Amino acid sequence: MAKISVKDLNLYYGDFQALNNIDLKIEEKKVTALIGPSGCGKSTFLRTLNRMNDLIDHVKTEGCLCLEDQDIYDGDVDVVALRRRVGMVFQKPNPFPKSIYENVAYGPKRYGMKDKKQLDEIVERSLKEAALWEEVKDRLNKSALGLSGGQQQRLCIARALAMKPEVLLMDEPTSALDPIATAKIEELIMNLKENYTIVIVTHSMQQAARISDNTAFFLMGDLIETDKTQKLFTTPRDKRTEDYITGRFG
Amino acid sequence: MRSQYINELKDLKVKLLKMGAMVQDIIEVSVQALAKQDLMMAKRVYKLDDDIDVLELEIEEECMRLIALQQPMAKDLRTIGTIMKIITDLERMGDHAVNIAKVTLEIGDEPLIKPLIDIPRMARLTEDMVKKSLDAFMAEDIELAEEVAHDDDKVDAIYEAIYKELIEMMIENPKLVSQSIRLLFIGRYLERIADHTTNIGERVIYMVTGERIEIN
Repeated sequence: MAKISVKDLNLYYGDFQALNNIDLKIEEKKVTALIGPSGCGKSTFLRTLNRMNDLIDHVKTEGCLCLEDQDIYDGDVDVVALRRRVGMVFQKPNPFPKSIYENVAYGPKRYGMKDKKQLDEIVERSLKEAALWEEVKDRLNKSALGLSGGQQQRLCIARALAMKPEVLLMDEPTSALDPIATAKIEELIMNLKENYTIVIVTHSMQQAARISDNTAFFLMGDLIETDKTQKLFTTPRDKRTEDYITGRFG
Repeated sequence: MRSQYINELKDLKVKLLKMGAMVQDIIEVSVQALAKQDLMMAKRVYKLDDDIDVLELEIEEECMRLIALQQPMAKDLRTIGTIMKIITDLERMGDHAVNIAKVTLEIGDEPLIKPLIDIPRMARLTEDMVKKSLDAFMAEDIELAEEVAHDDDKVDAIYEAIYKELIEMMIENPKLVSQSIRLLFIGRYLERIADHTTNIGERVIYMVTGERIEIN
């Protein structure tokens, strides 16, 4: 089932068109990987899914982008509420300079939750879901900045999960991490898809191949091809996809 | 533009062709040895088979190395996977040639019960099939790959004829049973070699199209 349906999506940075007529359905509770060379529009596309591009000047978005049956570019959409449903994790771990506990509790508190017991529960659940609980349960009040890079990234995932999003967007979440931390995040992503719809931008085709169910290949603002990951990496239909994934591109 | 990797893939294909040429050669030598009852020649088949086995391992290791170090995708991956399957087929063809040599040595200098016509014909056909299947691989030619399957029908027909002829000879003269059975085995080995070439044809079709089909 499609969690997000994108139709005829065009995006402009001023006069420059960065996305051209994108049609894509993102399946619920699956991992969708977006791949393509730098500047192909994959990160721009990712950011349209929770309207992060609204924060950039002179961006114009056209077309239909539905989260279930709601067009998220409708004028009356509450963007803050949207980002609650569609959480995001970035390339570089960006924990707040606060305690581990406060990082995870930050969102729920901002939304007015005060009950200590409820907050404790959310922090524990989120850290467990992010596979970080066992490593930090005895030092929840220590600064998040004392964690390793991989732990910080899992903390950022826990922070996103604390808001119980339906969709989790990840923009190259492991590109700043070593292979062991990367493997932990990948394992985590594969477990999270039981409950969440995940869209990940990655520069590593091997990563896309390992963890995603579906893959979409972008090139110069066009969505060239999308298919089941196994199909796309063994028998792509489009010559451009073939050239890119076999390294003959450019 | 991973030029070194692309060259390595090319080299790998060339090695596969070399293995194919060695297999054509071993089929030729094994059947020649039988026809001429040249026992030294039959013994040489064993050596040729050892060389084929060495090359098979070398190609397999090269495939593993490319998979581990270059993470081939899409057609490259299908090509390497195809090569790994083809070398198994080629290696088995070599083994069958050894079986033919073994029978030749068993017959020794005992006079042949009939002039050999069909067996050398079968051998030539199967050698051609080996060549054709690998030409199809190199040229990524699906039609040529399918042609191998048609050739296999011809080989099967010759084998059937040999079978009938030898059965008749055995019924007429029980003294010929022993050598008849040996010759029948040789027909059978050649028939198996031809079957392996149709496997190669199927693999080539998969490599080119990504589709699995059974051509024979």
